[in-house]
Amino acid sequence: MSATKAQDIGGLGHSVRRKEDARFVRGKGRYVDDVKLKGMCYLALVRSPYAHARLKGIDISAAMKVPGVLAVITGKDLEEAGLAWMPTLSHDQQMVLATGKVLFQGQEVAAVVAESRFAAADGAAAVRVDYEELPVVIDPHAALGKDAPVLREDRDEKSNHIFHWEAGDRDATDATFDASDVVVTQDMVYQRCHPAPLECCACVADWDTVNEKMTIYMTSQAPHAHRTLFALVAGLPEHKIRIISPDVGGGFGNKVPIYPGYVVSAVASLKLGRPVKWTEERSGNLQSTGFARDYHMHAELAASKDGKIRALRVKTLGDHGAFNAAAQPSKFPAGFYNICSGSYDLENAFVEVDGAYTNKAPGGIAYRCSFRVTEASYLIERTVDVLADELGMDPAELRKKNFIAPDKFPYVTPLGWTYDSGNYAGAMDRALEMVGYEDLLKEQEEKRGRGELMGIGISSFTEIVGAGPGKQCDIAGIEMFDSCEVRIHPTGKVLARIGVQTQGQGHETTFAQILAEELGIPVGDITVEHGDTDTAPYGLGTYASRSTPVAGAATAVAARKVRAKAQKIAAHLLEVDEADLEWKDYAFRVKGAPDKAKTMQDVAFAAYTNVPEGLEAGLEAVDYYDPPNMTYPFGTYICVVDIDKGTGDWKVRKFVAVDDCGTVINPMVVEGQIHGGLTEGFAISKMQLIDYDEGGNITGGNFMEYLIPTAVETPHYDTDKTVTPSPHHPIGAKGVGESPNVGSPAAFVNAVIDALSPYGVRHIDMPITSDKVWKALRDAGIQD
Amino acid sequence: MIPAAFDYHAPTSLDEALSLLAAHGDEAKVLAGGQSLIPMMRFRLAEPGVLVDLNHIEGMAGVTEEDGHLWIGALTRHAEVERSDLVRKRYPLLHEAASVIADPIVRNRGTVAGSLVHADPAGDWGAVMLACGAELEVHGPDGQRMVPIDELFVTTFMTSLSPGDIVTGIKLPIAGKRSGGAYEKLERKVGDFATVAVAARLELDDDGVCSAAGIGLTAVGATNLRAQDAEKALIGKKPDEAAIDAASRAAAEAASPTADNRGSVEYKRDMVRVLSARALRRAAAHAGGEG
Ligand SMILES: Cc1cc2nc3c(=O)[nH]c(=O)nc-3n(C[C@H](O)[C@H](O)[C@H](O)COP(=O)(O)OP(=O)(O)OC[C@H]3O[C@@H](n4cnc5c(N)ncnc54)[C@H](O)[C@@H]3O)c2cc1C
Repeated sequence: MSATKAQDIGGLGHSVRRKEDARFVRGKGRYVDDVKLKGMCYLALVRSPYAHARLKGIDISAAMKVPGVLAVITGKDLEEAGLAWMPTLSHDQQMVLATGKVLFQGQEVAAVVAESRFAAADGAAAVRVDYEELPVVIDPHAALGKDAPVLREDRDEKSNHIFHWEAGDRDATDATFDASDVVVTQDMVYQRCHPAPLECCACVADWDTVNEKMTIYMTSQAPHAHRTLFALVAGLPEHKIRIISPDVGGGFGNKVPIYPGYVVSAVASLKLGRPVKWTEERSGNLQSTGFARDYHMHAELAASKDGKIRALRVKTLGDHGAFNAAAQPSKFPAGFYNICSGSYDLENAFVEVDGAYTNKAPGGIAYRCSFRVTEASYLIERTVDVLADELGMDPAELRKKNFIAPDKFPYVTPLGWTYDSGNYAGAMDRALEMVGYEDLLKEQEEKRGRGELMGIGISSFTEIVGAGPGKQCDIAGIEMFDSCEVRIHPTGKVLARIGVQTQGQGHETTFAQILAEELGIPVGDITVEHGDTDTAPYGLGTYASRSTPVAGAATAVAARKVRAKAQKIAAHLLEVDEADLEWKDYAFRVKGAPDKAKTMQDVAFAAYTNVPEGLEAGLEAVDYYDPPNMTYPFGTYICVVDIDKGTGDWKVRKFVAVDDCGTVINPMVVEGQIHGGLTEGFAISKMQLIDYDEGGNITGGNFMEYLIPTAVETPHYDTDKTVTPSPHHPIGAKGVGESPNVGSPAAFVNAVIDALSPYGVRHIDMPITSDKVWKALRDAGIQD
Repeated sequence: MIPAAFDYHAPTSLDEALSLLAAHGDEAKVLAGGQSLIPMMRFRLAEPGVLVDLNHIEGMAGVTEEDGHLWIGALTRHAEVERSDLVRKRYPLLHEAASVIADPIVRNRGTVAGSLVHADPAGDWGAVMLACGAELEVHGPDGQRMVPIDELFVTTFMTSLSPGDIVTGIKLPIAGKRSGGAYEKLERKVGDFATVAVAARLELDDDGVCSAAGIGLTAVGATNLRAQDAEKALIGKKPDEAAIDAASRAAAEAASPTADNRGSVEYKRDMVRVLSARALRRAAAHAGGEG
């Protein structure tokens, strides 16, 4: 097999240029807001200025008089249609348009539909809503207090407590803690932040009055699941609903839930018999759609004097906002938070989580995070540093001493997961070498002698992605398999359709590469489609780094099914027995006579022109893949920072990222994912916060206050990889999209804290803004 | 984010603009770069019934030295100041401030005069002009007058100008033989409004003694502030560490910040001290010929 052939095929391991980029860089992408249909009208939402208030009345008369306004829809109208509330993915319900009262600032109260965007905005401004303010609950701890007003009048339980959940063995963990030499304790908040995709949410709902079919173009990470939910909620027959998710400008979990804007647009289209477009504004996106995190965590580690970590104990309060709309597998109220034992071989662990309602926007699962793995990873990687500080041990050495050894895989954690594969020390050694750890330690010592502030932070994270095995994971009852349908045309060109949905990850390229590798057909001859529920096979969508682990596996398996049939045809063409053929170097070859061969293109033509007797024509296959386990990517990130003693500002001087996501399909795409995710992690650790004042007013609800780093402050990253394939995945791949966001915040924070540790600083909550560093220095008596 | 409906006029002469303003009174607003007014309109925080766009009037932009002063035309964009060779060579304070305002897109549109009239205490030009002792040339219903910068700012988003007034330019004292300046801005990320910023300008005599000083503060009060006690602490002294330290402390005293997402009152006050010292050190070095 010549090297050029592999290059032509562009299969696994090739940095094939992204097929989708040609249209993106030329402005030819087609996003929802680009969809323009005949007779289309526009919808604008009226949002609540109050965090908690009783709705005394809504006067729509002035709005109806605005020229161009066609309709005003309120919660009352929806109530009559049984649609004022909709189910969430976490066993709760959520208001579509407010009835009775509003529960967070920015909540959807009414919708105005008009002939133009401008008329809709004027109409929305003319809707008069009479509110009576109610006491506001912002702090989740206070929400669970005895005197807290009960926010959710629709529930039977008269409290703001949503759920209690635990994993691990409480008694055994307590016993290990009691028997250990050293215990460290750290409270930390993983602050509320927001994925803020470039494209906000949008939809065009188009009710075809003749065929009675609803087509919804929408910014959806999970079109099939959304179709089913629309069918269940709105009562429309599922075959009469078509969801089309065209190009999506970033999702990061923000586009997994169904939002009121989508539902009201569908209602408006049904009512008016015209297409209705809703394009969300940035402030609406930040104020009302799926936020991330807001976990208030209490962590404890027990260890021996010489640094053997023995047990982990975690108590956490999750702030879910006004509705529990966390978009996660239904059996996991705290997501996969019990991955928080991380990369370490512990005797025991116990974790408990409670959820609380507050007067804030709903959400919680988003921002490049496989269901709370980000909070979990931050917790363990931060707490291990606290322990290192307590023990006076080098954080790298402490980690290495406690890593799960490579020969222990598959490894069952005390919190119930079975890690598929790993070589944690391998990734760490490579990162230490790249960053020049020994030299940095020397430099740091010298600088400390001069009173200068320099810090080194390490994070050796383990992720859990690829949800997931059907027995464990479902969304609204639907098991979290995923799918691929492959069809080879007579001339050897391929059309493949997948059940997942790209939002920028590059599926059209990487999935084509999987097929190229499996079928021996050049990647340029393969088209990958997704996002149209009328054509693509059913799948659960793209989030939680599940596309490659689940749909990627389905793609490989579907290709292998095609190949199994193709082998019969090849045998027929070569006039040998099927068993005498082997698939080698991208062709079917006669064993022992490799030059007697048929390529997939040869076979494809024959599949339509010269099929052996007894075999049906055509060459295609479908696979619905139920993964036997999650995949567990890992890596080590090392960050070096310098702190300005005068202002407290910190700058990243160096950042090394060594990732192990098993088999790499497209190294360039992977590197792109790593760069993007690291930048998000940097932003979270330094500047991102969705905050509320005591009155429940959001203070991070626009881009003047919710900060997105620019190229100027974004650090330079040095990346590398180790490769430890997943033993259960058909091509050995694990997910990677989220690793950098999951693993990096702890590296940034650990670096800043390391710089400050000579002054007795052990922890600062994110975002670590300059004023927080300044205060820590001030408290330690340092002034520039 | 769609503004409420408004009428739009694009006069081609100053007189025409002034009469449009006179005709529409409080209803009308002048539009320059639109980088503050349009966002306010999109949020419907401002709903002017009439916009009078100055952008079609010739001769209102440019930076020149003339008749013993520096003249900045009202429609001069931030970017034009940033790129001016004259400014870069002789007015480092202006150059530095211009290059840290917002991002390149905003700098290409936003004007110096618009920024001053907008009177946002977090705006950078206000502090710079206070440090420089600038004057605004204003045309109004009663003709032309000069408004000293010390008399411009009333409170946040409010100036002493009347609705019928149009600023036509800004006049600054010409840079002396041994003059220096610097702008120190602390921001959370590039393009952000200042957490705190300090504008410093120094003139030295032949002995290196400070003959004039200007210190303006950004984002630490209801308006941009001038730290007069800090200026006094420098005049008549060589700008050595002791003098700079004393001036910086006096500048911090002059600040009256409020707490917000950018930091606490104590933090911001201390940043006035830290940034004043940094700005003054660089201004002194520059005035001494080292810049
Ligand atoms: C994203 C963003 C970031 C920004 N960051 C910064 C920053 O870091 N620092 C900073 O200083 N500024 C910043 N700004 C504001 C920017 O500098 C504005 O350009 C400036 O404040 C207003 O100038 P303008 O020409 O755009 O005025 P406009 O927006 O057109 O007008 C502003 C006000 O001034 C009045 N006005 C304008 N010109 C005249 C005139 N000649 N006579 C009388 N009245 C007039 C208008 O009627 C209006 O009330 C930022 C703006 C944006 C959008």
